[in-house]
Amino acid sequence: MNPLIPLFVAVPLGGAFLTMIIGKFLRNANKYIGMTVLLFLMVISYISITGLSGNISVYKVGGWEPVNGTPIGIYMVLDSLSAILLCIINTIGFLSIVYSFTYIAQYTSENYFYSLFCLMVAGMNGIVLSGDIFNIYIFLEISAISSYALVAFGVEREQLEATFKYQVLGGLASMLILIGISFIYWKAKTLNIADIKAALGTNTAKSFYIPVQLLLLSGFGLKAAIIPFHAWLPDAHSSAPSPISAMLSGVLIKAAGIYVILRLFFNMFIITEDMAMLLTTLGALSMAVGVLLAIGQWDIKRLLAYHSISQMGYVVMSAGIGMILLARGTKPEVASLAIAGGLFHLINHAAFKSLLFLNAGAIEYRTGTRDLKSMGGLAGLMPATSSTSFVASMAISGIPPFNGFFSKLIIIIAAIMGKFYFLAVIAVIVSIVTLASFMKFQRYAFYNKEIEKSENSPKEVPFPMVFSMVTLAVLCLVLSLIALPQVRDVILTPAIRILTDSQLYTTSITGM
Amino acid sequence: MILYLLCFVLFLVGLYGVITRRNLMKITISLSIMEFSTFLFLALIGYVKNGVPPIVDPAKPDVIYVDPLPQAMVLTAIVIGLATTAMLMAVIIRIYRKYKTLDIREIKNLRG
Amino acid sequence: MKGMTIIVKKTTQLICGIVFLYGVYVIIHGHLTPGGGFAGGVIVAGSFILLILAFGSDFMHLTREETGSTITENFGVLVALIIALTGMALGTKVFFLNWLPKGKVGELISAGVIPLYNIFVGIEVAASILTIFLALLIFKEELTR
Repeated sequence: MNPLIPLFVAVPLGGAFLTMIIGKFLRNANKYIGMTVLLFLMVISYISITGLSGNISVYKVGGWEPVNGTPIGIYMVLDSLSAILLCIINTIGFLSIVYSFTYIAQYTSENYFYSLFCLMVAGMNGIVLSGDIFNIYIFLEISAISSYALVAFGVEREQLEATFKYQVLGGLASMLILIGISFIYWKAKTLNIADIKAALGTNTAKSFYIPVQLLLLSGFGLKAAIIPFHAWLPDAHSSAPSPISAMLSGVLIKAAGIYVILRLFFNMFIITEDMAMLLTTLGALSMAVGVLLAIGQWDIKRLLAYHSISQMGYVVMSAGIGMILLARGTKPEVASLAIAGGLFHLINHAAFKSLLFLNAGAIEYRTGTRDLKSMGGLAGLMPATSSTSFVASMAISGIPPFNGFFSKLIIIIAAIMGKFYFLAVIAVIVSIVTLASFMKFQRYAFYNKEIEKSENSPKEVPFPMVFSMVTLAVLCLVLSLIALPQVRDVILTPAIRILTDSQLYTTSITGM
Repeated sequence: MILYLLCFVLFLVGLYGVITRRNLMKITISLSIMEFSTFLFLALIGYVKNGVPPIVDPAKPDVIYVDPLPQAMVLTAIVIGLATTAMLMAVIIRIYRKYKTLDIREIKNLRG
Repeated sequence: MKGMTIIVKKTTQLICGIVFLYGVYVIIHGHLTPGGGFAGGVIVAGSFILLILAFGSDFMHLTREETGSTITENFGVLVALIIALTGMALGTKVFFLNWLPKGKVGELISAGVIPLYNIFVGIEVAASILTIFLALLIFKEELTR
């Protein structure tokens, strides 16, 4: 058993509560505890992704061995898919916490901020690592409750309203998920994902299967803000403090929504074509509607939040295409290509969307406004912010040397090879509209008018914020390397094998 | 069977409240009703016919116990529900201080 | 907040200690009977809340942030986590390992480390519910002021 696995949850939890005790007596201790915890997590997540080499490693909490082949106790499972998500969570978490050193100093009670931040990271690491659905629910709630508090961190009118909406819809989602889990337990008498797959088998009645899938899809869809369930996302993501927006948009909707949907629908349920069709439709719908809603926005962070919905649509759609092809049993290599595009886009989106939110935070930090109409001419005054946001805008719109281009290209190629011409056309159009929308952002925020350099004109943000933004901008370029076959074989291919091979996950967990 | 149906009815009562009520406090109460209907359902699925509470008594080794796992799950879910409700209450008090009202129709800064 | 009448105050004085003791009983018998850390902690917090409700919060001189209960709460979780982590250092090196001797079923001192978890979870739950109550009370007093 790999001793690093429980540390992913235990260390941030310990850090959160230690911050609250030590931070009361020592000023500034909170920052350094938070940073050390996240740095440690980042390092061990890189160790685990390189040391995994395609295997699945299972950790039985409390040392409860299976009885007669039935797993009892809590299993933590680290496979290539979870390792990718762990790297995303902890890297973005580390950069956001460095960014908040100076950014969060404008608020009071910093102790609570760092403590809740660590709790949220613990929850997300837990979701990604847990091998049974009830623990997914618990860790989901840990991360959700801390994110409710973090969205309301400014305690102004808008934050409070956004967090109330977010909480009511989040509570509804939790109920749907819990009902889905209880239905599964009723039928399968087990909670372990691999064991449920074995217990439900192929002969389960459709009348049982479809409602459960719909319940879980709507529950996790609410967390992932797929289109009919998206109402809370623009409010919550735009009202939160900027490092938290970067965490919510860049990581939380992936770890709590998309990851769980992928895990449950590929590894726990039998893949059916109806469900795959539904998922593809929802993905294409959120891709198109999200970007159309984003065009009219003049508030930077709302604009970015709507683009999150749209970009997540790409991921859901490509996963759906992969599912359809897997269900039909034709062209398995195209199915893996589609899923590869989706996962690659998931990684890329974390990098550029967090960067964009950090840029928006930097602009707000210096100018005090989020309205595009009342800013402009910042390019000469804030060179680092301007150049990094240019990189991120180009990456999200899919312009060649940046990472967004390659993932969108793979998704579109897979859609064409799978004979989904209509979806390919939508993906191209959405990409063009995204480019237009980000040209608007660039023009109104950074060019458009001249500002004379004077005493009280906005200047470049402090070093920790610049450090995070530049690192993410470099990541936006470096991540394009995943498209190379040598790198892809290490990172993406094992994760795709776990998703496409329907028996691999189950046999390697219950077979041990 | 009738019990499961009643659980579902309770769930719908809560959902109706969340959708139609205008008062933030009443929305929270409706959400709690929904939560508790789910907990009831979860507790019910662990019932085994003629089962006794799962407390091990060394004197009587062979009796049928009801399934203790859903009960543990319900306890965990209740703790989570407590945290959510407390969080909502704190937010509602803060909202009342800022807006001086609990009517959801008056609280609409964010739209579009 | 003002206190209640003399009858309520006297009754509270009489039963408050019993409620507290009952909570402690539920916590330390958590591994034998229904209950445990969470249920017992709620009862313990209930005894404090009963006192505050009966005597009013004026005599407490609440500050903006109640440091004592917050620190107790965090201490409780931290110790529970450390007990879980000791499992990684001892025995077969597993997280949440029950490494103490198990004892005989039905006796008070048995079940290894589970009673320890119960005690610290009880402390944490009691402190956190009291913290929530105090926080809402402070909010309310700021409103009326």
